[in-house]
Amino acid sequence: MDMEILGISILWIFLFGYLIVASIDFGAGFFAFYGRITGHEHVINHLISRYLSPVWEVTNVFFVFFFVGLIGFFPDAAYYYGTALLIPGSISLILLAIRGSFYAFSNYGSRESTLYLFLYGATGLLIPASLSTALTISEGGFLVKEGDKVVFLASKLFTSPYSWSVVVLAIVSVLFISSSFLTYYASRAQDRKALGLVRKFALFWIGPTILASLLVFASLGKHNPGHFEKALDLWYLFGLSLLFFCIAFILLIKGKRYGLSFIMVLFQFFFAFFGYGASHLPYILEPYVTIFSSHTNEAMGYALVTAFIAGLLLLIPSLGLLLRLFLFDADYIKGKK
Amino acid sequence: MEWSNVDWSRMLTAMTLGFHIIFATIGVGIPVMICLAEWIGIKKGDSHYILMARRWARGFTITVAVGVVTGTCIGLQLSLLWPSFMRIAGQVISLPLFMETFAFFFEAIFLGIYLYTWDRFKKPIYHWLLSLPVVIGSSASAFFITTVNAFMNTPQGFKLKEGALVEIEPIIAMLNPATPSKTFHVLTSSYLSAAFILAGIAAFAILRGRGGDYQRKALKLTLTAGFVFALGTAIAGDVSAKFLSKYQPEKLAALEWHFETEPGADLLLFGKIDENNEITNAIKIPGMLSFLAGNSFGHEVTGLNEFPEEVRPPLWIHYLFDSMVGIGVFALMISGTYTIIGKRRSSIRNSKLLLMMIISGGPLSMLAVELGWILAEVGRQPWILRGYMKVSEGATTAAGVRMTFMLFLGLYLLLGTITVAVLGKMFKNKPPHVELGERYGK
Repeated sequence: MDMEILGISILWIFLFGYLIVASIDFGAGFFAFYGRITGHEHVINHLISRYLSPVWEVTNVFFVFFFVGLIGFFPDAAYYYGTALLIPGSISLILLAIRGSFYAFSNYGSRESTLYLFLYGATGLLIPASLSTALTISEGGFLVKEGDKVVFLASKLFTSPYSWSVVVLAIVSVLFISSSFLTYYASRAQDRKALGLVRKFALFWIGPTILASLLVFASLGKHNPGHFEKALDLWYLFGLSLLFFCIAFILLIKGKRYGLSFIMVLFQFFFAFFGYGASHLPYILEPYVTIFSSHTNEAMGYALVTAFIAGLLLLIPSLGLLLRLFLFDADYIKGKK
Repeated sequence: MEWSNVDWSRMLTAMTLGFHIIFATIGVGIPVMICLAEWIGIKKGDSHYILMARRWARGFTITVAVGVVTGTCIGLQLSLLWPSFMRIAGQVISLPLFMETFAFFFEAIFLGIYLYTWDRFKKPIYHWLLSLPVVIGSSASAFFITTVNAFMNTPQGFKLKEGALVEIEPIIAMLNPATPSKTFHVLTSSYLSAAFILAGIAAFAILRGRGGDYQRKALKLTLTAGFVFALGTAIAGDVSAKFLSKYQPEKLAALEWHFETEPGADLLLFGKIDENNEITNAIKIPGMLSFLAGNSFGHEVTGLNEFPEEVRPPLWIHYLFDSMVGIGVFALMISGTYTIIGKRRSSIRNSKLLLMMIISGGPLSMLAVELGWILAEVGRQPWILRGYMKVSEGATTAAGVRMTFMLFLGLYLLLGTITVAVLGKMFKNKPPHVELGERYGK
């Protein structure tokens, strides 16, 4: 396989990994805050913090991995995005910083603070919205090159229907992914009360998720017809995504096999995300950066792939241990350990 | 004077790094101390040491969180503020950056496990084993990220052809001449600072009359470790001087206000310099600079006059250098006094003066870390990639750097204040003897 394709595939897998773990985390933060203000705190917050506490740092690493990998495999892309995203990127960073540290303050600190929980919950919805702008920009039309300068057309981004449809999709998918995971987690913990509540969340957010996906498709057709055409060529990937979505939906309604249902949700997003990514190729940033124009030199490419494989050999067993101890250990989830 | 994009980018980078390294230093050093304390506790069957590890680990979670988020900030700011630099250097430094992330990932996984598996294993030693990957991960990430900085000081492993880097050799670039001295110095000084911060906390409790067995054991452990790390830091400093003399002579010359190339160069302590480069009030140690740079009093040390004016670092870094070295010597002396002299004459361990000096050791060593970074970074001005690219060529052209600076300033003020408040509260509410009673029924 070509180094460029290999590089972008590795990055895309990481971005997908981040999408899932971060969605669970972002959504859980929002639900935890929602639980506090609606008086459901005792039902779900314990469950959420038991899952999140050991893994929140890992979530953050997925993100760092993605952008470090992007610099490594495609330094030119880092240049364009770096210049263009100074302000939006910095805002995302500040939100991430507030979220991460306030999670620690409210969970490990000795004080119960609704303000801390609010900051944690609110940023959980703002971050996906702000990070999704990077994907929107990649479609082209929001950056122009003036000589040596890269200029970001912020006002155009703010008034674009496509951009807003992506934001909506990002937020509702976060809530859907998160609630369907929590449904599974609650069922593992045999916590009927929490299960009832988070299952309701999942059933509630399922509709907006599918509507928002269709909206993104429609507005992409207007914003970038070329990409839209290529996406239609890959219709079977999106079809598979829809199929898995339906299975997840049926399982949720029937109210059993929540683990399987969450896996179906994973497949749903996997196919949609890879369909989107594949149809966007070869562009990383239309029309300035393609995977061929900006890839790193051969030697570094091989070094990165080698480091990547060696790293995975180390990480996969460690992640396995983490999951076994906290996610699949029934006694731990129930709160007995 | 109106500041340019370059100035604002430099200030923002300096501010983020300056804030981050407080937590990064703690993040590298504290796991070592936690690991030591738990190990001693298990070996001796002494619940005091186990509790020490537990309490340190609890405070550590807060500093780690801030360290992680500010580390993410600096990671992305590299591309946001220095896109032209990253476009060129990203070709070469992405390997260590990538590996740093792996090390961090490794640490993050095991830290999560470590913090939530106290009392979960039948054999306590299993839990202790989990602290090893945390130590390895945090020190390895410090190692890898420092190689990136080392590369910026002594770039190698590539060729420059028409503004693009070619024939890149990633490993050669990573293991450049600055790597051994820099990584060695960063690791030992981080361990030293962490040991002194923890020692300061114990000394503070004793001085306030809240000292018991727990505090005394904590003080003994931290200062013994601190003494070893201070010795290590001193050796690392010596290695660094020899490295500088060979590879970055202009930096060493600026640090020591050494203008003429000569054998038998003097070491200057303190003093003042005016705009005509006249030095007053300095203490001169004849031949010492030559000795430090080349292990012989006759060694020839390159002077600043050999370098054109526009590539000389600013001369004020001498003051930072003296302060950093001074603090290092101070740390070595107080930890030496406590562990060596205090062993025979235990009265010295209770002396108020020594306790006060130990308390000051924590903040001072953190200050030394900051000063050391500033002098290392400013000392390679005007280069961002020494010999290849100037700082002014690497900065972003985007509008709004000033506003971004203000936003981050606000963020760090907020995080700094709350961190201190949360940490204070966490431990004030539950002193060790209370917790010991609750947990172990003593």
